[in-house]
Amino acid sequence: MLSFVLRRFASLVATLVVASAVVFTAMEVLPGDPAQVMLGTQAQPDTLAALRTKLGLDKPAPERYVAWVGGLVRGDLGTSYTYSTPVSELVGERLQVSLPLALLALSLTILVAIPVGALAAARRNSMTDLSIMGVTQVGIAVPNFWFAMLLVILFAITLRWLPAGGFPGWGNGPWPALRGLILPAVALALPQASILARVMRSSLLDTLGEDYVRTARAKGLSEGQALRRHALRNALIPVLTIVGLQFSFLIAGTIVIENVFYLPGIGRLVFQAINQRDLIVVKSVVMLLVASVIVVNFLVDIAYAIVDPRLRRRG
Amino acid sequence: MSLLSIEDLDLSIAGTPILRKVSLQLAAGEVLGVVGESGSGKSLTALTVMRLLPRQVRTAGRVLLDGTDVLALSEAAMCERRGRAVGMVFQEPMTALNPLKTIGAQVAEVFSLHLGLSRADAERRASSVLERVGLPPARIPPTRYPHELSGGQRQRVVIAMAVALSPRLVIADEPTTALDVTMQAQILKLLRRLVAEDGAGLMLISHDLAVVAAMADRIAVMRRGEVVETGPGGAAAFEALVHPYAVALREASAHEPARPAAPPGEPLLTVDKAVRDYPLPRPHPFAARRHNRAVDGVSFTVHRGESVGLVGESGCGKSTLARAVLALEPLQGGRIALAGHDLAGLRGPTMAAFRRRVQMVFQDPYGSFDPRHRAGRIVGEPLRLLDEPIAPDARGRMVAQALVEVGLAPGDADKYPHEFSGGQRQRLAIARALITRPDLVVLDEPVSALDVSIRAQILDLLADLQTRLGLTYLFISHDLGVVRAMTDRVMVMSGGRIVEEGDTRTVLDHPRDPVTRGLVDASQHLDRLLSQA
Repeated sequence: MLSFVLRRFASLVATLVVASAVVFTAMEVLPGDPAQVMLGTQAQPDTLAALRTKLGLDKPAPERYVAWVGGLVRGDLGTSYTYSTPVSELVGERLQVSLPLALLALSLTILVAIPVGALAAARRNSMTDLSIMGVTQVGIAVPNFWFAMLLVILFAITLRWLPAGGFPGWGNGPWPALRGLILPAVALALPQASILARVMRSSLLDTLGEDYVRTARAKGLSEGQALRRHALRNALIPVLTIVGLQFSFLIAGTIVIENVFYLPGIGRLVFQAINQRDLIVVKSVVMLLVASVIVVNFLVDIAYAIVDPRLRRRG
Repeated sequence: MSLLSIEDLDLSIAGTPILRKVSLQLAAGEVLGVVGESGSGKSLTALTVMRLLPRQVRTAGRVLLDGTDVLALSEAAMCERRGRAVGMVFQEPMTALNPLKTIGAQVAEVFSLHLGLSRADAERRASSVLERVGLPPARIPPTRYPHELSGGQRQRVVIAMAVALSPRLVIADEPTTALDVTMQAQILKLLRRLVAEDGAGLMLISHDLAVVAAMADRIAVMRRGEVVETGPGGAAAFEALVHPYAVALREASAHEPARPAAPPGEPLLTVDKAVRDYPLPRPHPFAARRHNRAVDGVSFTVHRGESVGLVGESGCGKSTLARAVLALEPLQGGRIALAGHDLAGLRGPTMAAFRRRVQMVFQDPYGSFDPRHRAGRIVGEPLRLLDEPIAPDARGRMVAQALVEVGLAPGDADKYPHEFSGGQRQRLAIARALITRPDLVVLDEPVSALDVSIRAQILDLLADLQTRLGLTYLFISHDLGVVRAMTDRVMVMSGGRIVEEGDTRTVLDHPRDPVTRGLVDASQHLDRLLSQA
């Protein structure tokens, strides 16, 4: 098991190195001078030169790459051009919103999707199954910003239970902050949970047809016991893959929802940075998102090995 | 009173009758063999006793187990009986165990479920049951996972679960069909010993008349959902069977196709000190690469017009050797040549010429057909290997001729693979192999997946085609009966080497090598069984 983790970790580091090189190169080959892009076409030559020096553009590319990666490793992501603050601070602040939001949405997704998917599979072709399939179909089809607006109208405007938007920060205790995240998390979770429930259902239906479930029944387990003790864990393996993909999506893919609820998250930061051509922020945040996807994949691999003994010895 | 009494059992799936008035009796301490071809309803009969039937199934009649009609019991009462009063062993040991749980935990579950034992007690009992089925904890710890065990060992675990609580009735559905001969004999002996020790009844289901006759006290022959004949087991079984179908089944399983002896021609295939290594996964990234030598310095020659058998247990390297002969994998040492041309140097057009001259037929033809291609396209595919493209109408004629040669109709070219029966699919595979008029045909277990009567027909077809077209066969099988019937010479493989070779009858009648002797002893071929009586 340890050797499995170490090998996976080595491949994680290697992937990060390759990814950083790709992100760096992508920024390099963008047409035009980054300083020119950032300042616009009206810039004065001396302002341009000053920015070029500040960005280190007068140095050769390999040197800048090493400096950038060195900075990343130390947690120094550079200084934002538009905000004039260290990017790490900006990102740190935004992560305080995006990370809890993503985690909350993911927990909701898992807590709803797995039991619902399992129920649909256990009662296949019943009314329960058909209703679940119908609801999840709608959940996937409905645009989540529209669903978000419905949530706001119902829970914030009509019932006045939850705030319609904005984020009070964690300074006033966890509850006000969490209240601000509930509706966005629900809006984010609906399509994800619908997808995951369907994956769970079909995966469990597959495992229920396996020979070892029949063996379990021949031992005297009831249908429910065989499902819980033998089919469920086997069915979770494909579900894990989807959960990993969904988490990566939830960290980065929240731009629309953050705009609907006016949340100061990572998605909005990237959106603004791109509008303002703040390439330092764009480059660092893109790298951060790439790294989070790679780390989540690493965690999913470890989870695979915990669930499936066949993977522990191989690699 | 009998232990199990099935009385006038009718069974239908979604309105289609499958079983008709099936009646069977089994006393405690008795072994009842149920024999029949696929689709005869023998497995459904067994699943009815367990009440593990698909949902759409409707049953009528009575299934009395110790005097209680299981068809009338509630599901909860059935759960109590499964595993406790009846244990069941299934065909596919590779998939019958949960891959995520240790074997000890899976056996222990029987004890915790039925006896309410604590985890520690259940695991202790599980260890002793595993020991009883020949998996002593010192050698095979109960903490192993199924993927760490061989097929035979996994089947022992399934048997351990079935006999854990010493049930009064054990049902074994094709328990050894997926295992090779040596393992087959061991597992059958184990089953017989266990039920004898417990004084239980055993219902043994098999398509293999030899297995059933060797094991059973009484035999029931099933066909199309009906019991057509019951009779005594043992060597007397064969003489006693009178129903025309039972007699046909008996004759089919001892069938030997007529093969006029043809004088062997010049050497066609020469294998000289062939070595095939597989790289093993490295234990850590900086370890030296290690290899598993699957074929270890094998040399032999096959002459034109000959039929040569290649036998051995699973994992002995025979399939690897076959892949090397087909030039599907490179050698790490030695050379293989077809009519003097070394396989190692084949590229592009010379490779196409080679593929045209050497064709193959696999065990499971269904798996080797693209389900979305029609039979005509499947059979005609090797025609691409011809040097010059052929006109569509000529191609159609060649496909039709190939289909007729193997006993199919020219019109079958428009059908899809799923529209054919198992035996017809194997005919299709043979047609595909023959359409380029190859010199050498490699047959890898070509009849293992077929019922006995179909098997006899396919063997006849292969023998006939060999005589008519002057083909050369390399015949790979674990079934010594088939090898005896189909080959002139035989090679026995073990651990990647050829341990014995020679004239088929001489080798099989007077085996010199211990490996050959083991195979011959284990094989339950009918003439041997009958000659013992």
